[in-house]
Amino acid sequence: MSEEITAPARTVGPSPHITSKTTCTGIMLWVVAALAPSAIWAIISMGLVAVQLFAVSIVVALGTEWAWNAIARKPQTLRDGSALVTGLLLAMSLPPRTPWWMVAIGAFIAIALGKLIFGGLGHNLFNPALVGRAFVTLSWGGVLAGVQNRGWFATLADFSAEGFDTISGATRLGIAASDRAASGAYGFDLAAQYQPLLLKNLEGSLGEISAALLILGGLVLIIKGIIDWRIPAGYIGTMGLISWAFGSDPVFHVLAGGVMLGAFFMATDYVSSPMSKKGRLVYGVGCGLFNALGRFVGPMPESTTFAILFMNGLAPLIDRMTRPRVFGVVKTDEERA
Amino acid sequence: MATTGASLIGEGVCVGRSAFAGGVHPPGYKESTAGSAVQWAPVPARLVVPLSQHLGAPCAALVEKGDRVERGQLIGDVDAMVSAPIHSPVAGVVAEVGTTLTAGGQRVAAVVIEPDEVQDLDSFVAVPETGDDKARIRAAGIVGMGGATFPSTVKLSPPKGMTIETVILNGCECEPFLTCDHRLMLEEPDRVVAGAEKIREIIGARRVVIALEDNKPDAAAALRAIATGAVEVVELPTRYPQGAEKQLIYALLKKEVPHGKLPAATGALVHNVATAVAMVDALERGKPLTERIVTVTGAVARPGNYRVLIGTLVSDLIEYAGGFVGDVERVISGGPMTGMALGSLDVPITKGSSGIVALPRGVAAPAISDDQPCIRCGRCPDSCPMGLEPYILATFSGKRMWDAAAERHVIDCIECGVCSYVCPTNRPLLQLIRVGKSAAMSKGVK
Repeated sequence: MSEEITAPARTVGPSPHITSKTTCTGIMLWVVAALAPSAIWAIISMGLVAVQLFAVSIVVALGTEWAWNAIARKPQTLRDGSALVTGLLLAMSLPPRTPWWMVAIGAFIAIALGKLIFGGLGHNLFNPALVGRAFVTLSWGGVLAGVQNRGWFATLADFSAEGFDTISGATRLGIAASDRAASGAYGFDLAAQYQPLLLKNLEGSLGEISAALLILGGLVLIIKGIIDWRIPAGYIGTMGLISWAFGSDPVFHVLAGGVMLGAFFMATDYVSSPMSKKGRLVYGVGCGLFNALGRFVGPMPESTTFAILFMNGLAPLIDRMTRPRVFGVVKTDEERA
Repeated sequence: MATTGASLIGEGVCVGRSAFAGGVHPPGYKESTAGSAVQWAPVPARLVVPLSQHLGAPCAALVEKGDRVERGQLIGDVDAMVSAPIHSPVAGVVAEVGTTLTAGGQRVAAVVIEPDEVQDLDSFVAVPETGDDKARIRAAGIVGMGGATFPSTVKLSPPKGMTIETVILNGCECEPFLTCDHRLMLEEPDRVVAGAEKIREIIGARRVVIALEDNKPDAAAALRAIATGAVEVVELPTRYPQGAEKQLIYALLKKEVPHGKLPAATGALVHNVATAVAMVDALERGKPLTERIVTVTGAVARPGNYRVLIGTLVSDLIEYAGGFVGDVERVISGGPMTGMALGSLDVPITKGSSGIVALPRGVAAPAISDDQPCIRCGRCPDSCPMGLEPYILATFSGKRMWDAAAERHVIDCIECGVCSYVCPTNRPLLQLIRVGKSAAMSKGVK
């Protein structure tokens, strides 16, 4: 046959011969772009501490992956963009005053133990950024609560002459939780918190700066077909519903804490979420359920991280239970098994 | 008839207007030929006419070297149910009875004919007027011209106990680049409608639907202006693979062809529009199938729709279309989603050749490599029109886990290529699935 090949410069191959322009790197850069308004707004509002947090997290995340590949003599994978997203997301999930070394360790754990040890992108069971955050939270919970629960204004006060004992500025969510635990009622107006939570909130983690900007970014990703609406819809819907069932304000509870960042950017991580449409809805509902239960029943008002990590672990099971129906096949019981 | 939802968003992977589940909306690339009227390609210096241009038993040559043949003369036939005879496209002399490579890469027997200097393409040796309509359609060598090349007579004889309610003429042409069916419907709507009516009559169906996508409104209008009686014209939202038999039946009738059954089980019979026109030619004029419309497009100087004699070499056709322009990476016989990349351009146009597409660098998919991971984005299961999970079928096939692949219905894959098309890490999904599918078939999985 070789004598008949008239143009050796051309290639042959099996169909299909064209491919969509969507690439892994392109998808990751869209996620970065969707997070950018929140990140930029955080930097504008908080200044240098936010820049430092982003820089440490991203540089360590990229550096860890680069070094791992270099030591293991594997092809470099930084260009797929996933380490950048992990670094960015980890930073968004931490309070601005988190000590830099804690951020660095978190980013290292996120990439090394969250992703690379499983075999790299596509093989990790859990969302790497949340693995990093969980590690930091569990290791230095007290320190983190110290910088977090006093809120941004309180940490500013660290530098003031008055010292910080005079200010006890827990986050709205923390206050709501302790109020509820103490008396079953709230000592402040939850509805009055919508506006700061939506537009400019200097408490909690960097990513809580503005729920509105996170929603905007999330909607862009949904419209671009990058994330499936079923996960955030299931998550936020369930969260709101259960908050309402517990007699609380559903709007406050979906806007406060890490719900928006979790629902649009963490739970939607491709690798650690289910593959089927039905499965993604189930998974979103599960995230919302465990997040709400953690907030209302458990000890942690900030249960987003563990709710999503728990559902990450269930994702393969959800996939097994929600296989798509094959065209032309009527499911029988033995096929379903 | 079509379900309409939100307008097409993003690449249309997860959402979009659609009459069937899954699918994609790749760029059409049809602009450069959609407006070009069909014109005859010249008679080449020699024709290489393969004796197997259909699914089924190959024909045996009925002529020898040095024999004189007339246009339309029978030159190959075989006594088999699933087969279709071969006729000489020109008047000339048999130069050789040998072999040729086909677009698919197989080597098959072929009759090489040197045409006379002067050709009268309007005259031909008519097929004998014996037997019923089905016999004459067989005698004219008509096969499915959408690319499957299944002998049409066989499809016109549904198995006992099955009644065909609806005949569907497939004018979807959902493959990017191709416009041959579009031009046929636009330029000869009367013959398309006549073909529709003829098939309905032969099969005894109640209704006949000419289906096309809404990216060909001019063709739809032309057909509607003529269609009467039982012939309906339906425009479907443009989406690949609408023209796939099972998806088209579902889009129109909302019935799924049951797993392992023939499409006839839904009471539907699908024929390509060009096949229907060829049937009318055979029945009304006794004309055998010796030429077809081929879209020559992509990176060629004069893209267009050409009426090409069967046996014309692709290299001759490309030369007539002005040759390649720029950096051509792959040359495809058929459409870019399901067609075959040509290793050699010295292969003949056959009854199933709908197009020759010269894909420039940058449009052609990158070379296959398996070094990129699956990032579990969910695009392939979301867009698989058969409801399969391509990512896991490909993994099973790659690991030679044939039983696991079979258990997940690898056999139901229609090889439309949507999974490989949408994969953001360019994993060779369909390529791996084909391996698993053929392994399952060879183990007798049904």
